[in-house]
Amino acid sequence: MPFKSTVGDYQTVATLETFGFLPPMTQDEIYDQIAYIIAQGWSPLVEHVHPSRSMSTYWSFWKLPFFGEKDLGVIVNELEACHRAYPDHHVRLVGYDAYTQSQGSCFVVFEGR
Amino acid sequence: MSKKYDAGVKEYRDTYWTPDYVPLDTDLLACFKCTGQEGVPKEEVAAAVAAESSTGTWSTVWSELLTDLDFYKGRCYRIEDVPGDKEAFYAFIAYPLDLFEEGSVTNVLTSLVGNVFGFKALRHLRLEDIRFPMAFIKTCPGPPNGICVERDRMNKYGRPLLGCTIKPKLGLSGKNYGRVVYECLRGGLDFTKDDENINSQPFQRWQNRFEFVAEAVELAQAETGEKKGHYLNCTAATPEEMYERAEFAKELRQPIIMHDYITGGFTANTGLSKWCRKNGMLLHIHRAMHAVIDRHPKHGIHFRVLAKCLRLSGGDQLHTGTVVGKLEGDRQTTLGFIDQLRESFIPEDRSRGNFFDQDWGSMPGVFAVASGGIHVWHMPALVAIFGDDSVLQFGGGTHGHPWGSAAGAAANRVALEACVKARNAGREIEKEGRDILTEAAKHSPELAIALETWKEIKFEFDTVDKLDVN
Repeated sequence: MPFKSTVGDYQTVATLETFGFLPPMTQDEIYDQIAYIIAQGWSPLVEHVHPSRSMSTYWSFWKLPFFGEKDLGVIVNELEACHRAYPDHHVRLVGYDAYTQSQGSCFVVFEGR
Repeated sequence: MSKKYDAGVKEYRDTYWTPDYVPLDTDLLACFKCTGQEGVPKEEVAAAVAAESSTGTWSTVWSELLTDLDFYKGRCYRIEDVPGDKEAFYAFIAYPLDLFEEGSVTNVLTSLVGNVFGFKALRHLRLEDIRFPMAFIKTCPGPPNGICVERDRMNKYGRPLLGCTIKPKLGLSGKNYGRVVYECLRGGLDFTKDDENINSQPFQRWQNRFEFVAEAVELAQAETGEKKGHYLNCTAATPEEMYERAEFAKELRQPIIMHDYITGGFTANTGLSKWCRKNGMLLHIHRAMHAVIDRHPKHGIHFRVLAKCLRLSGGDQLHTGTVVGKLEGDRQTTLGFIDQLRESFIPEDRSRGNFFDQDWGSMPGVFAVASGGIHVWHMPALVAIFGDDSVLQFGGGTHGHPWGSAAGAAANRVALEACVKARNAGREIEKEGRDILTEAAKHSPELAIALETWKEIKFEFDTVDKLDVN
Protein backbone atom coordinates (compact mmCIF):
# COMPACT_ATOMS: atom_id res chain seq x y z
CA MET A 1 0.00 0.00 0.00
CA PRO A 2 1.44 3.40 -0.92
CA PHE A 3 2.31 5.81 1.89
CA LYS A 4 -0.38 8.45 2.42
CA SER A 5 0.43 11.43 4.61
CA THR A 6 -2.33 13.22 6.49
CA VAL A 7 -0.16 16.31 6.88
CA GLY A 8 -1.17 19.27 4.72
CA ASP A 9 1.26 21.65 3.05
CA TYR A 10 0.77 25.13 4.43
CA GLN A 11 1.68 27.64 1.75
CA THR A 12 2.72 31.14 2.72
CA VAL A 13 0.22 33.78 1.68
CA ALA A 14 0.76 37.49 1.20
CA THR A 15 -1.80 39.28 3.36
CA LEU A 16 -2.73 42.84 4.20
CA GLU A 17 -2.69 42.86 8.01
CA THR A 18 -5.98 42.88 9.99
CA PHE A 19 -8.68 40.57 8.56
CA GLY A 20 -6.19 39.41 5.94
CA PHE A 21 -6.86 35.80 6.96
CA LEU A 22 -10.63 36.00 6.51
CA PRO A 23 -12.56 35.64 3.25
CA PRO A 24 -13.64 38.95 1.62
CA MET A 25 -16.51 40.55 3.54
CA THR A 26 -20.04 40.78 2.19
CA GLN A 27 -21.74 44.15 1.87
CA ASP A 28 -23.62 43.58 5.16
CA GLU A 29 -20.47 42.62 7.00
CA ILE A 30 -18.77 45.81 5.84
CA TYR A 31 -21.76 47.81 7.08
CA ASP A 32 -21.34 46.14 10.52
CA GLN A 33 -17.70 47.20 10.73
CA ILE A 34 -18.48 50.78 9.70
CA ALA A 35 -21.25 50.90 12.30
CA TYR A 36 -18.74 49.75 14.91
CA ILE A 37 -16.26 52.49 13.95
CA ILE A 38 -18.95 55.17 14.19
CA ALA A 39 -20.33 53.79 17.48
CA GLN A 40 -16.85 54.05 19.03
CA GLY A 41 -16.73 57.75 18.19
CA TRP A 42 -13.89 57.24 15.70
CA SER A 43 -13.57 59.08 12.39
CA PRO A 44 -13.89 56.91 9.29
CA LEU A 45 -11.28 57.50 6.61
CA VAL A 46 -10.48 55.85 3.30
CA GLU A 47 -6.95 55.24 2.03
CA HIS A 48 -5.61 53.63 -1.12
CA VAL A 49 -2.26 52.52 -2.53
CA HIS A 50 -0.80 50.65 -5.46
CA PRO A 51 -0.09 47.03 -4.42
CA SER A 52 3.65 47.52 -5.08
CA ARG A 53 3.70 50.04 -2.22
CA SER A 54 1.42 48.24 0.24
CA MET A 55 4.03 48.04 3.03
CA SER A 56 4.66 51.77 3.15
CA THR A 57 3.53 53.67 6.23
CA TYR A 58 1.59 56.31 4.34
CA TRP A 59 -1.09 55.29 1.89
CA SER A 60 -2.84 58.04 -0.07
CA PHE A 61 -5.85 59.64 1.57
CA TRP A 62 -9.10 59.50 -0.38
CA LYS A 63 -10.25 63.09 0.19
CA LEU A 64 -10.02 63.82 3.94
CA PRO A 65 -11.13 61.80 6.98
CA PHE A 66 -14.92 61.92 7.26
CA PHE A 67 -14.97 63.72 10.61
CA GLY A 68 -18.30 63.47 12.38
CA GLU A 69 -19.96 61.38 9.65
CA LYS A 70 -22.74 59.18 11.08
CA ASP A 71 -24.28 57.86 7.87
CA LEU A 72 -23.09 54.37 6.94
CA GLY A 73 -24.26 54.85 3.35
CA VAL A 74 -21.98 57.85 2.85
CA ILE A 75 -18.92 55.82 3.89
CA VAL A 76 -19.86 52.91 1.63
CA ASN A 77 -20.29 55.32 -1.28
CA GLU A 78 -16.88 56.85 -0.63
CA LEU A 79 -15.22 53.41 -0.49
CA GLU A 80 -16.82 52.54 -3.83
CA ALA A 81 -15.95 55.90 -5.39
CA CYS A 82 -12.31 55.43 -4.35
CA HIS A 83 -12.31 51.91 -5.80
CA ARG A 84 -13.78 53.19 -9.10
CA ALA A 85 -11.17 55.95 -9.30
CA TYR A 86 -8.29 53.58 -8.52
CA PRO A 87 -9.43 50.10 -9.63
CA ASP A 88 -5.90 48.65 -9.44
CA HIS A 89 -5.23 49.97 -5.90
CA HIS A 90 -5.84 48.44 -2.48
CA VAL A 91 -8.54 50.42 -0.69
CA ARG A 92 -8.79 50.31 3.09
CA LEU A 93 -11.14 51.66 5.69
CA VAL A 94 -9.68 53.17 8.86
CA GLY A 95 -11.42 54.10 12.11
CA TYR A 96 -9.23 56.91 13.41
CA ASP A 97 -9.22 57.41 17.18
CA ALA A 98 -8.20 60.98 18.03
CA TYR A 99 -7.97 60.17 21.76
CA THR A 100 -5.24 57.53 21.37
CA GLN A 101 -3.94 59.04 18.10
CA SER A 102 -4.14 55.54 16.71
CA GLN A 103 -6.31 53.51 14.40
CA GLY A 104 -9.00 51.67 16.34
CA SER A 105 -9.84 49.76 13.20
CA CYS A 106 -8.11 49.27 9.85
CA PHE A 107 -8.78 46.73 7.12
CA VAL A 108 -8.65 46.40 3.36
CA VAL A 109 -12.05 46.43 1.66
CA PHE A 110 -10.97 46.17 -2.00
CA GLU A 111 -7.79 44.41 -3.07
CA GLY A 112 -6.03 45.88 -6.09
CA ARG A 113 -4.71 43.66 -8.83
CA MET B 1 10.85 73.98 71.04
CA SER B 2 13.64 71.39 70.85
CA LYS B 3 13.01 67.86 72.09
CA LYS B 4 14.89 66.01 74.82
CA TYR B 5 16.82 62.79 74.20
CA ASP B 6 15.20 59.91 76.08
CA ALA B 7 17.10 56.65 75.50
CA GLY B 8 15.25 53.33 75.47
CA VAL B 9 12.58 51.47 73.54
CA LYS B 10 9.32 53.24 72.77
CA GLU B 11 6.21 51.67 71.38
CA TYR B 12 6.05 52.21 67.64
CA ARG B 13 2.45 53.38 67.78
CA ASP B 14 3.36 56.42 69.86
CA THR B 15 5.19 57.81 66.84
CA TYR B 16 3.92 56.02 63.74
CA TRP B 17 0.16 55.46 64.28
CA THR B 18 -1.53 58.72 63.30
CA PRO B 19 -5.22 58.05 62.56
CA ASP B 20 -5.93 61.78 62.17
CA TYR B 21 -3.41 62.25 59.38
CA VAL B 22 -4.81 63.30 56.01
CA PRO B 23 -2.48 62.06 53.24
CA LEU B 24 -1.00 64.64 50.90
CA ASP B 25 -1.26 64.43 47.10
CA THR B 26 2.51 64.08 47.03
CA ASP B 27 2.63 61.20 49.54
CA LEU B 28 3.37 57.73 48.35
CA LEU B 29 0.61 55.54 49.79
CA ALA B 30 0.85 51.82 50.46
CA CYS B 31 -1.62 49.20 51.55
CA PHE B 32 -0.17 46.23 53.43
CA LYS B 33 -2.07 43.12 54.45
CA CYS B 34 -0.68 42.37 57.93
CA THR B 35 -0.90 39.23 60.01
CA GLY B 36 0.67 39.93 63.40
CA GLN B 37 1.96 37.53 66.03
CA GLU B 38 -0.66 36.56 68.57
CA GLY B 39 -1.31 39.14 71.26
CA VAL B 40 0.31 42.10 69.47
CA PRO B 41 -2.28 44.90 68.99
CA LYS B 42 -3.11 45.85 65.38
CA GLU B 43 -2.04 49.46 65.86
CA GLU B 44 1.36 48.38 67.13
CA VAL B 45 1.88 45.98 64.20
CA ALA B 46 0.78 48.59 61.66
CA ALA B 47 2.93 51.29 63.25
CA ALA B 48 5.91 48.90 63.27
CA VAL B 49 5.47 48.34 59.53
CA ALA B 50 5.34 52.11 58.94
CA ALA B 51 8.42 52.64 61.10
CA GLU B 52 10.58 49.82 59.76
CA SER B 53 9.77 50.73 56.15
CA SER B 54 10.68 54.38 56.71
CA THR B 55 12.68 56.20 59.37
CA GLY B 56 12.39 53.95 62.40
CA THR B 57 14.64 51.44 64.07
CA TRP B 58 13.97 49.29 67.15
CA SER B 59 15.53 51.70 69.65
CA THR B 60 15.42 55.43 70.09
CA VAL B 61 18.74 56.92 68.92
CA TRP B 62 20.25 60.28 69.77
CA SER B 63 20.90 61.20 66.16
CA GLU B 64 17.13 61.33 65.45
CA LEU B 65 17.19 64.70 67.14
CA LEU B 66 19.54 66.11 64.52
CA THR B 67 16.66 66.17 62.04
CA ASP B 68 12.92 66.75 61.93
CA LEU B 69 11.70 63.17 61.95
CA ASP B 70 8.07 64.23 61.81
CA PHE B 71 8.81 65.51 58.33
CA TYR B 72 10.40 62.27 57.12
CA LYS B 73 8.54 59.48 58.89
CA GLY B 74 6.03 57.11 57.31
CA ARG B 75 2.66 57.11 59.04
CA CYS B 76 -0.03 54.49 59.36
CA TYR B 77 -3.23 56.51 58.92
CA ARG B 78 -5.86 53.79 58.60
CA ILE B 79 -6.52 50.20 59.59
CA GLU B 80 -9.25 48.07 57.97
CA ASP B 81 -10.48 44.53 58.43
CA VAL B 82 -9.81 42.08 55.65
CA PRO B 83 -13.18 40.71 54.48
CA GLY B 84 -13.53 37.03 55.28
CA ASP B 85 -10.35 36.88 57.36
CA LYS B 86 -10.28 37.21 61.16
CA GLU B 87 -6.51 37.36 61.60
CA ALA B 88 -5.32 39.72 58.92
CA PHE B 89 -5.97 43.45 58.51
CA TYR B 90 -5.04 46.15 56.03
CA ALA B 91 -2.69 48.90 57.13
CA PHE B 92 -2.62 52.08 55.01
CA ILE B 93 0.66 53.92 55.24
CA ALA B 94 1.66 57.32 53.86
CA TYR B 95 5.30 58.05 53.01
CA PRO B 96 6.57 61.57 52.32
CA LEU B 97 7.92 62.02 48.80
CA ASP B 98 11.38 63.02 50.00
CA LEU B 99 12.06 59.50 51.27
CA PHE B 100 12.62 58.33 47.70
CA GLU B 101 15.16 59.04 45.00
CA GLU B 102 13.62 60.50 41.86
CA GLY B 103 13.00 57.96 39.11
CA SER B 104 14.13 54.96 41.17
CA VAL B 105 11.70 52.08 41.53
CA THR B 106 14.63 50.21 43.03
CA ASN B 107 14.80 52.70 45.87
CA VAL B 108 11.04 52.58 46.52
CA LEU B 109 11.06 48.79 46.82
CA THR B 110 14.21 48.71 48.94
CA SER B 111 12.42 50.97 51.43
CA LEU B 112 8.91 49.54 51.36
CA VAL B 113 9.65 45.83 51.15
CA GLY B 114 13.13 45.71 52.62
CA ASN B 115 13.78 44.71 56.25
CA VAL B 116 10.19 44.91 57.30
CA PHE B 117 9.23 41.59 55.70
CA GLY B 118 11.47 39.70 58.09
CA PHE B 119 10.21 41.54 61.13
CA LYS B 120 9.54 39.20 64.07
CA ALA B 121 6.33 40.86 65.31
CA LEU B 122 4.75 39.81 61.99
CA ARG B 123 3.75 36.36 60.92
CA HIS B 124 2.96 37.44 57.36
CA LEU B 125 3.04 40.65 55.43
CA ARG B 126 1.86 41.39 51.93
CA LEU B 127 2.18 44.61 49.98
CA GLU B 128 -1.20 44.82 48.23
CA ASP B 129 -0.99 48.13 46.41
CA ILE B 130 0.98 51.37 46.08
CA ARG B 131 -0.46 54.73 45.07
CA PHE B 132 2.38 56.49 43.29
CA PRO B 133 1.98 60.26 43.46
CA MET B 134 2.15 62.21 40.19
CA ALA B 135 5.18 64.05 41.56
CA PHE B 136 7.07 60.74 41.61
CA ILE B 137 5.66 59.39 38.34
CA LYS B 138 6.91 62.43 36.45
CA THR B 139 10.47 61.55 37.48
CA CYS B 140 10.27 58.02 36.01
CA PRO B 141 11.11 57.18 32.40
CA GLY B 142 8.18 54.81 31.88
CA PRO B 143 7.65 52.65 28.79
CA PRO B 144 10.27 53.40 26.13
CA ASN B 145 7.62 53.61 23.38
CA GLY B 146 4.11 52.75 24.56
CA ILE B 147 1.07 51.27 22.85
CA CYS B 148 0.48 53.95 20.21
CA VAL B 149 4.11 53.97 19.01
CA GLU B 150 4.31 50.17 18.98
CA ARG B 151 1.18 49.91 16.83
CA ASP B 152 2.58 52.49 14.41
CA ARG B 153 5.97 50.76 14.18
CA MET B 154 4.49 47.30 13.70
CA ASN B 155 1.54 48.45 11.54
CA LYS B 156 -0.97 46.47 13.67
CA TYR B 157 -4.35 48.06 14.22
CA GLY B 158 -7.79 47.12 15.44
CA ARG B 159 -6.96 43.78 16.99
CA PRO B 160 -4.81 42.09 19.63
CA LEU B 161 -1.33 41.13 18.43
CA LEU B 162 -0.49 37.48 18.01
CA GLY B 163 2.66 35.75 19.15
CA CYS B 164 4.23 32.55 20.36
CA THR B 165 7.25 31.30 22.24
CA ILE B 166 9.68 29.12 20.35
CA LYS B 167 9.66 25.51 21.56
CA PRO B 168 11.35 23.35 22.69
CA LYS B 169 12.52 26.10 24.95
CA LEU B 170 16.01 24.71 25.34
CA GLY B 171 18.33 22.69 23.15
CA LEU B 172 17.84 23.91 19.58
CA SER B 173 20.81 25.08 17.50
CA GLY B 174 20.69 28.63 16.18
CA LYS B 175 19.74 27.54 12.68
CA ASN B 176 16.98 25.16 13.82
CA TYR B 177 15.67 27.82 16.13
CA GLY B 178 15.51 30.34 13.27
CA ARG B 179 13.58 27.78 11.22
CA VAL B 180 10.85 27.60 13.86
CA VAL B 181 10.70 31.42 14.00
CA TYR B 182 10.32 31.54 10.22
CA GLU B 183 7.55 28.91 10.22
CA CYS B 184 5.52 30.80 12.85
CA LEU B 185 5.88 34.18 11.22
CA ARG B 186 5.13 33.04 7.67
CA GLY B 187 2.02 31.34 9.07
CA GLY B 188 0.55 34.64 10.23
CA LEU B 189 1.91 35.55 13.66
CA ASP B 190 3.08 39.08 14.35
CA PHE B 191 5.74 38.11 16.88
CA THR B 192 7.73 35.17 18.09
CA LYS B 193 9.51 35.13 21.41
CA ASP B 194 12.68 33.76 22.96
CA ASP B 195 11.80 31.61 25.89
CA GLU B 196 12.94 33.29 29.10
CA ASN B 197 15.39 30.43 29.71
CA ILE B 198 17.18 31.22 26.46
CA ASN B 199 20.08 33.58 27.12
CA SER B 200 23.37 32.33 25.65
CA GLN B 201 23.88 28.66 26.35
CA PRO B 202 26.49 26.28 24.95
CA PHE B 203 24.03 24.77 22.46
CA GLN B 204 23.10 28.18 21.05
CA ARG B 205 25.16 31.31 21.67
CA TRP B 206 23.29 34.58 21.49
CA GLN B 207 25.03 36.04 18.47
CA ASN B 208 24.33 32.96 16.38
CA ARG B 209 20.68 33.00 17.42
CA PHE B 210 20.28 36.71 16.68
CA GLU B 211 21.68 36.29 13.15
CA PHE B 212 19.46 33.37 12.18
CA VAL B 213 16.40 34.93 13.75
CA ALA B 214 16.99 38.22 11.92
CA GLU B 215 17.12 36.35 8.62
CA ALA B 216 13.89 34.50 9.46
CA VAL B 217 12.09 37.73 10.39
CA GLU B 218 13.22 39.48 7.21
CA LEU B 219 12.23 36.59 4.98
CA ALA B 220 8.78 36.17 6.57
CA GLN B 221 8.20 39.89 6.27
CA ALA B 222 9.11 39.92 2.58
CA GLU B 223 6.96 36.89 1.77
CA THR B 224 3.83 37.87 3.70
CA GLY B 225 3.93 41.62 3.15
CA GLU B 226 3.29 42.16 6.87
CA LYS B 227 5.50 43.58 9.64
CA LYS B 228 7.09 40.90 11.83
CA GLY B 229 9.26 40.77 14.92
CA HIS B 230 10.99 38.40 17.34
CA TYR B 231 11.67 39.28 20.98
CA LEU B 232 15.43 38.84 21.19
CA ASN B 233 16.18 38.11 24.83
CA CYS B 234 18.96 40.41 26.02
CA THR B 235 18.81 39.28 29.65
CA ALA B 236 22.40 38.50 30.63
CA ALA B 237 24.73 37.97 33.55
CA THR B 238 25.99 41.56 33.54
CA PRO B 239 24.66 44.90 32.30
CA GLU B 240 27.60 45.18 29.90
CA GLU B 241 26.65 41.94 28.15
CA MET B 242 22.99 42.99 28.14
CA TYR B 243 23.79 46.22 26.30
CA GLU B 244 26.11 44.41 23.91
CA ARG B 245 23.23 42.14 22.87
CA ALA B 246 20.83 45.06 22.55
CA GLU B 247 23.30 46.89 20.31
CA PHE B 248 23.66 43.86 18.07
CA ALA B 249 19.86 43.53 17.74
CA LYS B 250 19.81 47.14 16.59
CA GLU B 251 22.64 46.51 14.15
CA LEU B 252 20.53 43.70 12.67
CA ARG B 253 17.65 46.20 12.31
CA GLN B 254 15.35 44.17 14.55
CA PRO B 255 12.27 45.93 15.96
CA ILE B 256 12.06 44.43 19.45
CA ILE B 257 14.17 43.01 22.27
CA MET B 258 13.27 41.37 25.56
CA HIS B 259 14.23 41.48 29.23
CA ASP B 260 13.36 39.54 32.37
CA TYR B 261 12.74 42.34 34.85
CA ILE B 262 12.57 40.50 38.14
CA THR B 263 15.50 38.08 37.77
CA GLY B 264 17.44 40.76 35.85
CA GLY B 265 16.51 43.39 38.40
CA PHE B 266 14.84 46.78 38.33
CA THR B 267 18.05 48.73 37.89
CA ALA B 268 19.06 46.72 34.83
CA ASN B 269 15.52 47.01 33.48
CA THR B 270 15.32 50.78 33.84
CA GLY B 271 18.70 51.16 32.17
CA LEU B 272 17.75 48.94 29.24
CA SER B 273 14.43 50.70 28.88
CA LYS B 274 16.15 54.06 28.59
CA TRP B 275 18.48 52.57 25.99
CA CYS B 276 15.40 51.35 24.07
CA ARG B 277 13.81 54.79 23.93
CA LYS B 278 17.05 56.34 22.74
CA ASN B 279 17.56 53.67 20.10
CA GLY B 280 14.03 53.25 18.77
CA MET B 281 13.69 49.69 20.04
CA LEU B 282 10.53 48.07 21.43
CA LEU B 283 10.91 46.24 24.76
CA HIS B 284 9.10 43.05 25.72
CA ILE B 285 9.15 42.19 29.43
CA HIS B 286 9.04 38.72 30.92
CA ARG B 287 8.33 38.19 34.63
CA ALA B 288 10.14 34.99 35.67
CA MET B 289 10.18 34.55 39.49
CA HIS B 290 7.04 36.66 40.01
CA ALA B 291 4.97 33.80 41.44
CA VAL B 292 7.56 33.27 44.18
CA ILE B 293 6.77 36.81 45.32
CA ASP B 294 3.12 37.31 44.42
CA ARG B 295 1.22 34.03 44.73
CA HIS B 296 0.80 33.63 48.51
CA PRO B 297 -2.36 35.48 49.58
CA LYS B 298 -0.83 36.63 52.91
CA HIS B 299 2.85 37.16 52.23
CA GLY B 300 4.88 38.89 49.57
CA ILE B 301 3.97 41.52 47.00
CA HIS B 302 0.82 41.47 44.89
CA PHE B 303 1.46 41.41 41.14
CA ARG B 304 -0.45 44.67 40.70
CA VAL B 305 2.43 46.36 42.54
CA LEU B 306 5.04 44.61 40.39
CA ALA B 307 3.06 45.64 37.29
CA LYS B 308 2.93 49.28 38.39
CA CYS B 309 6.67 49.17 39.11
CA LEU B 310 7.32 47.83 35.63
CA ARG B 311 5.30 50.61 34.02
CA LEU B 312 7.47 53.10 35.91
CA SER B 313 10.73 51.29 35.18
CA GLY B 314 9.88 50.80 31.52
CA GLY B 315 8.64 48.16 29.10
CA ASP B 316 6.26 48.08 26.13
CA GLN B 317 4.74 44.66 26.81
CA LEU B 318 4.34 42.78 30.09
CA HIS B 319 3.13 39.26 30.86
CA THR B 320 -0.04 39.26 32.93
CA GLY B 321 -1.25 35.66 32.90
CA THR B 322 -4.16 34.45 30.81
CA VAL B 323 -7.04 33.91 33.28
CA VAL B 324 -8.11 30.91 31.19
CA GLY B 325 -4.87 28.95 30.61
CA LYS B 326 -2.54 26.79 32.68
CA LEU B 327 -1.21 29.52 34.99
CA GLU B 328 -2.70 31.14 38.08
CA GLY B 329 -4.88 34.26 37.73
CA ASP B 330 -8.34 35.36 38.82
CA ARG B 331 -10.35 37.34 36.22
CA GLN B 332 -11.30 40.46 38.21
CA THR B 333 -7.82 40.81 39.70
CA THR B 334 -6.23 40.44 36.28
CA LEU B 335 -8.53 43.09 34.81
CA GLY B 336 -7.50 45.33 37.70
CA PHE B 337 -3.79 45.23 36.96
CA ILE B 338 -4.23 45.26 33.17
CA ASP B 339 -5.91 48.63 33.73
CA GLN B 340 -2.84 49.75 35.69
CA LEU B 341 -0.69 48.94 32.66
CA ARG B 342 -2.79 50.59 29.97
CA GLU B 343 -5.06 53.35 31.29
CA SER B 344 -4.19 56.89 32.32
CA PHE B 345 -6.48 57.03 35.35
CA ILE B 346 -7.76 54.08 37.38
CA PRO B 347 -10.23 54.75 40.21
CA GLU B 348 -10.15 52.83 43.49
CA ASP B 349 -12.15 49.63 42.97
CA ARG B 350 -11.91 46.88 45.57
CA SER B 351 -13.84 44.49 43.32
CA ARG B 352 -10.78 44.58 41.04
CA GLY B 353 -8.25 44.76 43.85
CA ASN B 354 -7.32 48.40 43.27
CA PHE B 355 -6.98 50.05 46.70
CA PHE B 356 -6.30 53.60 45.52
CA ASP B 357 -7.12 56.05 42.77
CA GLN B 358 -4.08 55.96 40.50
CA ASP B 359 -3.33 58.76 38.07
CA TRP B 360 -0.61 57.97 35.50
CA GLY B 361 -0.70 61.36 33.83
CA SER B 362 0.94 61.28 30.42
CA MET B 363 2.89 58.05 30.96
CA PRO B 364 2.51 55.74 27.92
CA GLY B 365 0.69 52.42 28.25
CA VAL B 366 2.03 48.87 28.24
CA PHE B 367 0.57 46.00 26.19
CA ALA B 368 -0.77 43.16 28.36
CA VAL B 369 0.67 39.80 27.27
CA ALA B 370 -1.43 36.66 27.77
CA SER B 371 0.73 33.57 27.47
CA GLY B 372 0.75 30.06 28.88
CA GLY B 373 -1.32 27.00 28.05
CA ILE B 374 -3.79 28.70 25.74
CA HIS B 375 -5.15 27.37 22.43
CA VAL B 376 -7.74 28.31 19.79
CA TRP B 377 -10.74 27.36 21.91
CA HIS B 378 -9.69 30.04 24.41
CA MET B 379 -9.63 32.75 21.72
CA PRO B 380 -13.14 34.19 22.24
CA ALA B 381 -12.58 34.51 26.00
CA LEU B 382 -9.12 36.02 25.53
CA VAL B 383 -10.37 38.67 23.10
CA ALA B 384 -13.22 39.51 25.47
CA ILE B 385 -11.01 39.70 28.58
CA PHE B 386 -7.91 41.39 27.18
CA GLY B 387 -9.32 43.59 24.41
CA ASP B 388 -7.25 44.95 21.54
CA ASP B 389 -4.26 46.32 23.46
CA SER B 390 -2.83 42.91 24.21
CA VAL B 391 -0.51 40.27 22.80
CA LEU B 392 -1.95 36.75 22.80
CA GLN B 393 0.74 34.09 22.79
CA PHE B 394 0.10 30.49 21.90
CA GLY B 395 3.18 28.26 22.29
CA GLY B 396 1.95 24.68 22.38
CA GLY B 397 -1.17 25.98 20.63
CA THR B 398 0.97 26.88 17.61
CA HIS B 399 3.74 24.26 17.42
CA GLY B 400 1.41 21.45 18.49
CA HIS B 401 -0.67 21.67 15.30
CA PRO B 402 -0.61 18.37 13.37
CA TRP B 403 0.65 20.18 10.23
CA GLY B 404 3.33 22.12 12.09
CA SER B 405 3.94 25.65 13.33
CA ALA B 406 2.98 27.58 10.18
CA ALA B 407 -0.45 25.94 10.01
CA GLY B 408 -0.83 26.37 13.77
CA ALA B 409 -0.06 30.06 13.41
CA ALA B 410 -2.59 30.43 10.58
CA ALA B 411 -5.26 28.67 12.66
CA ASN B 412 -4.72 31.13 15.51
CA ARG B 413 -4.75 34.12 13.18
CA VAL B 414 -8.01 33.03 11.56
CA ALA B 415 -9.59 32.42 14.99
CA LEU B 416 -8.40 35.79 16.29
CA GLU B 417 -9.68 37.74 13.31
CA ALA B 418 -13.00 35.88 13.32
CA CYS B 419 -13.50 36.83 16.99
CA VAL B 420 -12.58 40.49 16.43
CA LYS B 421 -14.85 40.73 13.42
CA ALA B 422 -17.73 39.14 15.35
CA ARG B 423 -17.16 41.41 18.35
CA ASN B 424 -17.20 44.51 16.16
CA ALA B 425 -20.43 43.29 14.57
CA GLY B 426 -22.00 43.27 18.05
CA ARG B 427 -21.96 39.55 18.80
CA GLU B 428 -21.34 38.24 22.33
CA ILE B 429 -18.19 36.36 21.53
CA GLU B 430 -17.77 34.48 24.80
CA LYS B 431 -21.30 33.05 24.59
CA GLU B 432 -21.21 32.43 20.85
CA GLY B 433 -17.56 31.34 20.74
CA ARG B 434 -18.23 27.86 19.50
CA ASP B 435 -20.37 29.06 16.57
CA ILE B 436 -17.93 31.81 15.62
CA LEU B 437 -14.96 29.43 15.52
CA THR B 438 -16.89 26.68 13.73
CA GLU B 439 -18.06 29.12 11.04
CA ALA B 440 -14.51 30.45 10.58
CA ALA B 441 -13.14 26.91 10.26
CA LYS B 442 -15.25 26.37 7.10
CA HIS B 443 -12.81 28.64 5.26
CA SER B 444 -9.70 27.36 7.03
CA PRO B 445 -8.69 23.68 7.13
CA GLU B 446 -5.85 24.72 9.50
CA LEU B 447 -8.36 26.02 12.04
CA ALA B 448 -10.66 23.02 11.59
CA ILE B 449 -7.80 20.67 12.51
CA ALA B 450 -6.71 22.85 15.44
CA LEU B 451 -10.24 22.82 16.85
CA GLU B 452 -10.29 19.05 16.60
CA THR B 453 -6.83 18.67 18.18
CA TRP B 454 -7.46 20.74 21.32
CA LYS B 455 -11.14 20.10 21.90
CA GLU B 456 -10.59 18.17 25.14
CA ILE B 457 -7.99 20.34 26.90
CA LYS B 458 -9.13 22.38 29.87
CA PHE B 459 -7.31 23.89 32.83
CA GLU B 460 -9.90 24.07 35.55
CA PHE B 461 -8.17 24.40 38.89
CA ASP B 462 -9.33 26.94 41.44
CA THR B 463 -7.03 29.95 41.89
CA VAL B 464 -4.92 29.99 45.06
CA ASP B 465 -4.84 33.75 45.46
CA LYS B 466 -8.29 35.32 45.30
CA LEU B 467 -9.61 38.77 46.08
CA ASP B 468 -10.56 39.20 49.73
CA VAL B 469 -14.34 39.02 49.90
CA ASN B 470 -16.91 37.75 52.38
